[in-house]
Amino acid sequence: MSEFVLEMSGISKSFPGVKALQGVGLRVRPGTVHSLMGENGAGKSTLMKILAGIYSPDEGTIVLDGTPVTVADPRAALALGVSMIHQELSSVPELTVAENIFLGREPRNRYGLVSRKIMVRRTREIFDRWEIRINPRSAMKQLSIAQAQMVEIAKAISFGSRIIVMDEPTSAITEREVGHLHRMIGQLREAGTAIIYITHKMDEVFAISDDVTIFRDGQWVATKPAAELDRDKLIALMVGRELTDLFPKEEAPIGDVVLRVSGLNRGSLVRDVSFEVRRGEILGIAGLMGAGRTEVLETIFGVHPAESGTVEVNGRQRRIREPRDAIKAGLALLTEDRKRTGIMGVLSVRDNMSVAALPRYSPQGMLRRGSIDEACEDQRRRLALKTPSLNQLIQNLSGGNQQKVLLSRWLLTLPDVLMIDEPTRGIDVGAKSEIHRLMSALAQQGKAIVMVSSEMPEVLGMSDRVLVMCEGRITGEVPRSEATQERIMHFATATAHHTTPAA
Amino acid sequence: MSTDLGSTAAAEAAAAADPSEGGFDWRHFLRTYAIIGILLVFVVALTILTKGTFSQPENLINVVRQVAAIGVIAIGMTFVIITLGIDLSVGSILALAAVVATSLAQKPSDRMMYAGLDLPIILAVLGGLAVGGLLGFTNGVLIAKFRIAPFIATLGMMTTARGLALIYSDGRPVSLLEDPYNNIGQGSIAGVPIPIILFAVVALGAHMVLNYTRFGRYVYAVGGNEQAARVSGIRISRLTLVIYTISGVLSGLAGVILSARIGSGNPQLGTGIELDAITAAVIGGTSFKGGIGTVWGTAVGALIIGIINNGLDLLDVSPFMQMVVKGVIIVLAIILDERKNA
Ligand SMILES: Nc1ncnc2c1ncn2[C@@H]1O[C@H](COP(=O)(O)OP(=O)(O)OP(=O)(O)O)[C@@H](O)[C@H]1O
Ligand SMILES: [Mg+2]
Repeated sequence: MSEFVLEMSGISKSFPGVKALQGVGLRVRPGTVHSLMGENGAGKSTLMKILAGIYSPDEGTIVLDGTPVTVADPRAALALGVSMIHQELSSVPELTVAENIFLGREPRNRYGLVSRKIMVRRTREIFDRWEIRINPRSAMKQLSIAQAQMVEIAKAISFGSRIIVMDEPTSAITEREVGHLHRMIGQLREAGTAIIYITHKMDEVFAISDDVTIFRDGQWVATKPAAELDRDKLIALMVGRELTDLFPKEEAPIGDVVLRVSGLNRGSLVRDVSFEVRRGEILGIAGLMGAGRTEVLETIFGVHPAESGTVEVNGRQRRIREPRDAIKAGLALLTEDRKRTGIMGVLSVRDNMSVAALPRYSPQGMLRRGSIDEACEDQRRRLALKTPSLNQLIQNLSGGNQQKVLLSRWLLTLPDVLMIDEPTRGIDVGAKSEIHRLMSALAQQGKAIVMVSSEMPEVLGMSDRVLVMCEGRITGEVPRSEATQERIMHFATATAHHTTPAA
Repeated sequence: MSTDLGSTAAAEAAAAADPSEGGFDWRHFLRTYAIIGILLVFVVALTILTKGTFSQPENLINVVRQVAAIGVIAIGMTFVIITLGIDLSVGSILALAAVVATSLAQKPSDRMMYAGLDLPIILAVLGGLAVGGLLGFTNGVLIAKFRIAPFIATLGMMTTARGLALIYSDGRPVSLLEDPYNNIGQGSIAGVPIPIILFAVVALGAHMVLNYTRFGRYVYAVGGNEQAARVSGIRISRLTLVIYTISGVLSGLAGVILSARIGSGNPQLGTGIELDAITAAVIGGTSFKGGIGTVWGTAVGALIIGIINNGLDLLDVSPFMQMVVKGVIIVLAIILDERKNA
């Protein structure tokens, strides 16, 4: 037995126009949690996809438990005891939860036929074992992203692999589920499983890691025991410079009300929601998973029709039947689910960036391609977007860079109200503070920002005011000066007293 | 954009992602232009096999002339497939448009459908296009408003329109057409056959629409991710209506071209042409997964189909064998499509 369960060395991988990895190495000890850190596009996912047999490396070797291996495809990876939770959800929405868990290895009954019954029973066993409360028979598409993520986690664990790769498993789930996942990881680690963990959340790294490896621009920078690192050292290694201000919230003059929502209702997740936002204000909306925060934004934006209620923008009541009406009224919504309602994978960065603002860039329907290029180049520079060109297909960008393109999509529409659902999901620390700085700058220009976030530090750091939701209702409102984690959590779990009106 | 970040960090990071590193993307180039290579291979092979007959100018012009109808329909089909749809009714719409247009362009005789009718030819042509547009629009309504799957909706239309064509013409070809009408299929302008000119104009127009108009970008966006397109402010149902209407109008135009070429409006015209059109689009790089496709690719795809048809004829390959060959080509093209997007 070698000291390491996994030794990857000298791994290089190029894509057209991009050197994603240049001779990097990674050594992981069994029974440890090894965090892989680096900025967006540093090559973390690419290295893990090589390990999981999705890409083949241009150069380099992989040694598992002392034996050199080649990983031809994902099936081979599983056979070698490597399973992976992908950064983007990869489940099949049309199938049930149980069918997704057993996709490609469906259990058979004694007649050799695929058996749903066994599938459901075994899924239930796995879920019970890991205390996951999701019905195995539900259709995958009915689950929230967070639930879908839990299913993928359960699936990856169910193979009994010796190495489990988790590529940003917590970007879509709230603190409660994060705690749950960390307990699961603890148990796996006890049992000797090695976990390779990718995240952009600093506190998580220190909470669970034994070792940390840092990449920058496709190169290995350092591998250190987590105990020898602190937050600042880690950030400096990742970004290659000091990063002082994580939440560069600047005072902006608060002006008139831009958006006023009154008595909004839709299903059980939007119950009598009323609030207003003013120019220059950043309004945070906090709450647990499934509290209805996303649904509120989507209903305002016309993604789903409201059952009742009114939306006023700049003092004028607007009838919003579909997103187009909302955009015309000056609203923008950066959605939570990048893959489902965000990126158009096979289209270029340029097309993805400009699509919502096209009416502005095409008088009489004819494209002004020069102006579009200029605007996109400008965004690319401002957000430090990593892409070889605007013609690159967005699906070839790293997750964090895709998020930046989507943010640009909405900035280009010059909205009065920017609604952002999880603004820094999957975005690295450097870019995160850039996006926060940008939010501050937008507020200073008199825009109103509504931000749904599951990251408590982000909510506390950026909001002028925090609304807290629970079970579809607004259960509390906290001004910046009084906002603390405790107060917010108090309202977020306020199911019992939701009869008390919001402050 | 008027936001100012004044961030040097951002500029530095952008510089790190310099676009010039890595160089030319050969794989992309090959994938994009491979089809032209395939076209050339076919041309050379057939020239050799037919001992030169194939590349006689008359024969080549003949090929393109024959391809015009398929090509025009395939271009409409390209719009449809990019948005993840399919239009099976093109052949039947073609037939109905052909019998209607020809019935409005008959020479005075006792066999006229509308005795004594004497319309300008352009009205006959517009009649054909209008019929095509109307049926295409109906497809669009079924798909966009009634949420019927494109395959089912256009399958229904395929049967219905064929039936209407047979009823309208009483099951017989509409013949004895005015010369100017026949000219559309048989004549030339400055030595270039009119069907080829029409095909070229349609291709150029469609290319401009896809690449230089907002509508064109929306077509790709909807194919790339319909839900994301909707959230980005695109009215999906309106776009769907327009796209199937375009496909209908182009089918109508193909009906005019074909009937004018053979000098009669046969209600059986265009049977099976939807497969040729789909094949042309797919060979030309249009993806069944949506969001991908070009007009020029489809045009080349249509030429390849025309060349195969013509070459196999010249080589005296039986029509049955020709079906086998075409079937194999469709499957190969789709396998290629799968690979490309893997
Ligand atoms: N299939 C691909 N084709 C072209 N370029 C790619 C492809 N996959 C990744 N890249 C590029 O390789 C680089 C590394 O990407 P990777 O996804 O590994 O980054 P990452 O470290 O996981 O970033 P993030 O934190 O944003 O997820 C990026 O510049 C990305 O654009
Ligand atoms: Mg990644």
